[in-house]
Amino acid sequence: MTAPAPRRGAPTPPGLLAAAGLVARKDLAIEFRSRSAFLSALVLSLLSLVIFYFAWDPTAVAAVDVAPGILWVTFTFSGLLGLHRSFGVEQQERAMDALLVAPISREAIFLGKASANLAFVLGVQLVALPALALFYNLPLTTVLGPLAIVMLLSAIGLTCIGTLFAGITSNTRMAELLLPVLALPFFVPIVLPAAQLTAKLLAGRPLEESLGWLRILLAFDLVFLYACTIAFPFTLED
Amino acid sequence: MAVAVAAMAAALVRAIYFTPAERLQGLAQKIFYVHVPSAWVAFLAFGLTAIAGGVWLFIKDPRLDRFAESSAEVGVIFTTGVLVSGPLWGKPIWGAWWVWDARLTSTLFLWFLFLGYLVLRSAVDEREARARYSAVVGILGALLIPFIHLSVYLFRTQHPTPVVANTAGIQMPGVMVATLFLSLGAFTLLYIALVRQRMALAAERDALLDASTAES
Amino acid sequence: MTPLLEARRLVRSFGARRAVNDVSFGIAAGDALALFGPNGAGKTTLLRLLAGLLKPNVGAAAIAGEMLPAPEARARVGLISHRTMLYDTLTARENVRFAAQLHGIADAEGATQHALEQLRVADRAEVPVRALSRGLQQRVAIARAIVHGPDVLLADEPYTGLDEQGANALTGLLLERRAAGAALVVVTHALSEGLAVASHAAVMRAGSFVRHEATAGLDVVRYAAEYRELFA
Repeated sequence: MTAPAPRRGAPTPPGLLAAAGLVARKDLAIEFRSRSAFLSALVLSLLSLVIFYFAWDPTAVAAVDVAPGILWVTFTFSGLLGLHRSFGVEQQERAMDALLVAPISREAIFLGKASANLAFVLGVQLVALPALALFYNLPLTTVLGPLAIVMLLSAIGLTCIGTLFAGITSNTRMAELLLPVLALPFFVPIVLPAAQLTAKLLAGRPLEESLGWLRILLAFDLVFLYACTIAFPFTLED
Repeated sequence: MAVAVAAMAAALVRAIYFTPAERLQGLAQKIFYVHVPSAWVAFLAFGLTAIAGGVWLFIKDPRLDRFAESSAEVGVIFTTGVLVSGPLWGKPIWGAWWVWDARLTSTLFLWFLFLGYLVLRSAVDEREARARYSAVVGILGALLIPFIHLSVYLFRTQHPTPVVANTAGIQMPGVMVATLFLSLGAFTLLYIALVRQRMALAAERDALLDASTAES
Repeated sequence: MTPLLEARRLVRSFGARRAVNDVSFGIAAGDALALFGPNGAGKTTLLRLLAGLLKPNVGAAAIAGEMLPAPEARARVGLISHRTMLYDTLTARENVRFAAQLHGIADAEGATQHALEQLRVADRAEVPVRALSRGLQQRVAIARAIVHGPDVLLADEPYTGLDEQGANALTGLLLERRAAGAALVVVTHALSEGLAVASHAAVMRAGSFVRHEATAGLDVVRYAAEYRELFA
């Protein structure tokens, strides 16, 4: 075979981040068109906030004490809800094949899908958090800044794991059941620090006091963002 | 297999009859010789499952996948052993069946990971896909365990546990140490023997499937 | 002359089954290979190997010297599969434009419009793909596959679901790609359709080529009779 001949006028394929951006935009456009997953995740999280309220005895436990648990259980489960769609749309007509043939890296596909899922989770949080403050009469405005950091760091970890496992389980029987079974153990090192941090913040303590928890969250994000991005290509058939 | 059974018998006989009971804990301490080796094998099994999966991703040798599958299945049995023997000791010594201590919690999640891993395997029919998915989940699981340990450890140190006994095993008479090491060896042998049996079964199952697909 | 698309001793197994078993061939720029064979003969697996979607167990495939599945080689492939590979809530234009952007086409908008016009679906471009008929969806799928002007066009049953106008547009397009110097592989069950656009024809059985020749001078009727005999 001859040496690779450079083609004249050949287009330059997008790099890692540009390709990830294209994939993310495409996924969000699809979600925006139907909005079904987003709406159901939103309704689910509002419903769970309401149901938790009636399972709570306000005379025995203060709102600031139950709120972190409720918040994070709600986010965890509603976050899982949107993940199936992420790969469902690729499988329906095997659009994934077109993505894989295109001259973009498989890591870019993962990062794009994870970013779209991150936007999804953050969108749900954006509505559910004020609802929590409203239903449980919590003074969230004073801790909004630090809480936003905690939410963002947790959401990154959740979506990395969730996106990778959704990719895996979408190719299996009983995908809807398998995803939580696989993913929930991985959410422990996210939910535990996040709930602790939320509790501390609601108790009026500064964020600097809980740097240990923040470090765990950050370390988890870095390790699993890297690990999941590396691992994703291995989950694809070759 | 026979060697492993003999070693197990020897270790148990020694633990029960020839090792003195611990002064403070009494007979309950003897669970130690089952509990610690089970925990060792449980984590060993998971580590080897993850490593076998990782290597499989690069060389795709079906034997590695069969090993990972067998090791996970045997591992889940030993993990169950840890989770059962722990509370049996914990109730008389700690005063509670269950304590959310870092090691306990890590073992519990190890058990969840093993089960998730096996459920995932059962949900995929195509052999290569099954090996691929389970390898990735195994490796990520191995990354997860330290995080769980760390976060639960931090969680506990901030909420001191009400009843914490002395951590058994730091200072032990030589005769107990010898029994412990005998037990560790015996349990490891048992693990190897069980995995070998299970791998042979998996190899026969795969061969049978190959034969039936080749015909069609 | 070095072929534009070259396959050397390709082998791909699934478990114990060899879906593609020692297949070698080359297609020069401007040539087209029509690939025939019954279901399960390995045609789709071969196409997936050539698109870089699968890696061969043995052997290699290359496009102009670039080994598959390197991105440089994949960039030159256009794949039409028997599934449309489209997102059904997005419009035809969005689908095709997304493909153009993934290939880094500078004028993605213009390339998209051109591809849609070539397949005569430009007037339905703003409709979600879900609302289009199967035949129109297939045309959009083809537009998606050719929007970046691929040097190698791999088509798996591309005529599925197309009406006469669509089929004619596709045949015209395939011949035009050939004239533009692309190499084509067309998998089809319809012998006459395949032979009409191809310079070479091959028949696959149980993962291997059992016939492979130039189509010049081939008599369609006789070829069909011999083909039936092969699988009788």
